[in-house]
Amino acid sequence: MRINCPYCGERGSEEFAYHGDATVTRPRDGGAGPNAAWIDYVYLRENPSGLHRELWYHASGCQSWLVVTRDLRTHAIARVELARSVALARMEPS
Amino acid sequence: MGFSRYSIFSVIAEALRGHSGWGPAWRDAIPAPKYDVVSVGGGGHGLAAAYYLARHHAVGRIAVVEKGWIGGGNVGRNTTIVRSNYMLPGNAPFYEWSMKLWEGLEQDINYNAMVSQRGVLNLCHTDAQRDAYARRGNSMRLHGIDSELLDLAAVKKMVPYLDYKNARFPIQGGLLQKRGGTVRHDAVAWGYARAADRLGVDIIQNCEVTGIRQQAGRVLGVETTRGFIGAGKVGLACAGHSSQVAAMAGLRLPIESHALQAFVTEGLQPLIDNVITFGAGHFYISQSDKGGLVFGGDIDGYNSYAQRGNLPTIEDVCEGGMALMPMLGRQRLLRHWGGIMDMSMDGSPIIDKTPVQGLYLNAGWCYGGFKATPASGWCFAHLLARDEPHEVAAAYRLDRFAAGYVIDEKGVGAQPNLH
Ligand SMILES: Cc1cc2nc3c(=O)[nH]c(=O)nc-3n(C[C@H](O)[C@H](O)[C@H](O)COP(=O)(O)OP(=O)(O)OC[C@H]3O[C@@H](n4cnc5c(N)ncnc54)[C@H](O)[C@@H]3O)c2cc1C
Ligand SMILES: [Zn+2]
Repeated sequence: MRINCPYCGERGSEEFAYHGDATVTRPRDGGAGPNAAWIDYVYLRENPSGLHRELWYHASGCQSWLVVTRDLRTHAIARVELARSVALARMEPS
Repeated sequence: MGFSRYSIFSVIAEALRGHSGWGPAWRDAIPAPKYDVVSVGGGGHGLAAAYYLARHHAVGRIAVVEKGWIGGGNVGRNTTIVRSNYMLPGNAPFYEWSMKLWEGLEQDINYNAMVSQRGVLNLCHTDAQRDAYARRGNSMRLHGIDSELLDLAAVKKMVPYLDYKNARFPIQGGLLQKRGGTVRHDAVAWGYARAADRLGVDIIQNCEVTGIRQQAGRVLGVETTRGFIGAGKVGLACAGHSSQVAAMAGLRLPIESHALQAFVTEGLQPLIDNVITFGAGHFYISQSDKGGLVFGGDIDGYNSYAQRGNLPTIEDVCEGGMALMPMLGRQRLLRHWGGIMDMSMDGSPIIDKTPVQGLYLNAGWCYGGFKATPASGWCFAHLLARDEPHEVAAAYRLDRFAAGYVIDEKGVGAQPNLH
């Protein structure tokens, strides 16, 4: 499996560290809100048998965090984005 | 008609008539419109649960519904290692109960599962690791489980062919569980299937569950590729596909699916008598009765349903093997394969009711669920029949993540690929 890093180009997956589902979001309440949101964020996962958006860290490369969209049935990678851009887009009022 | 009981006499009689009289080990059942209990998933856990239900609990009609064939899932893909060298209170009694069930399994189900208590030796390579093993060994003994801490001389005597000159990963000793060992994995699936069938359980293969029918929060049955099957109770034991099947009932699980690979070499003369694990990396090896060296290591480390892994992990596993046993470099790999496992958020399993009435969950077995097969089936049957957890599985609750009672044997947190 090779990941096309926006900065470094296509590199072997062994250069990257995996951090799981990129769609869960950390509650912004600092712990004040209901537990359910935290439990969801820390423990519960969609774990789809299909396209999955996931966090990868280019540890042995440019050290960027990436959001990779990958088909879990074939390992085929559909898209690679910078996690920073994804996070900024998420913060924009829609 | 085949023999209803396997014995030395049936083997001799069959040898004399050219093995023409062995019947199928179980009926190829046609789904009935309704069962009292339906077990979804015909892996080791689903079959064992059905067998123990039929054997020890009067629950009526039981079916096992399997989307592929019996033995095609992880139960036939694992590296066959069984052990009960767990440390935490929620785990130790459960795995030890499983070990006890392994010890009597073949007589109980009248099937040769080649249960071989050849000993599992975990090597340590640093002072800190030896301390950790001493602690684990003591904890095991406090739970009544056998364990022995070996020093270097004792390890050398037991397994003289390891690389004792490795300066980077020096072998310092090991923790030995003599009662641990290996069990022929597909014989476990076939043996439980046959034993369950003989007690009247319907084993329905090539039948995929595609939906879970409910009414007012209560389960009514399962939609399948062979039509609707009504059920009073439904037990899910789908290993790597737990999230998918649970999602059919609207549940979101604390689970990620990951691939684990395994390897076998060409057959060799007897060489490795035990199960040996390398402690400085992740590598474990044993020799099958056919002679092949069976080994494996870490999971690939990212979500997958592909049932095959990638090359970096193969390289990593082989490096571990070479650091431990350089003679492995001369062996040729015969096969390698992968299986998809449900890695839970704390590395421990779930055997519990769900918020849907009549729907029960057996999941999260990670890469160590083969050894758990008998106890998992035993405890799941208990839960399905009595609606309350068996005492050795009482900690495997679905709500333990929310309640803060995680059972994290490795202490790495909610990161499934690190367990
Ligand atoms: C390479 C590898 C090595 C391993 N080594 C070891 C080891 O040495 N020791 C150890 O203790 N454990 C080991 N394990 C883990 C162990 O194999 C599993 O934890 C255990 O087998 C899982 O339980 P099971 O046998 O019920 O799973 P499976 O045999 O996978 O059974 C689940 C079944 O559910 C079926 N299913 C899924 N979805 C549906 C559906 N919708 N409808 C109907 N049926 C469905 C599947 O087809 C499958 O047959 C290993 C695993 C792998 C992959
Ligand atoms: Zn990069």
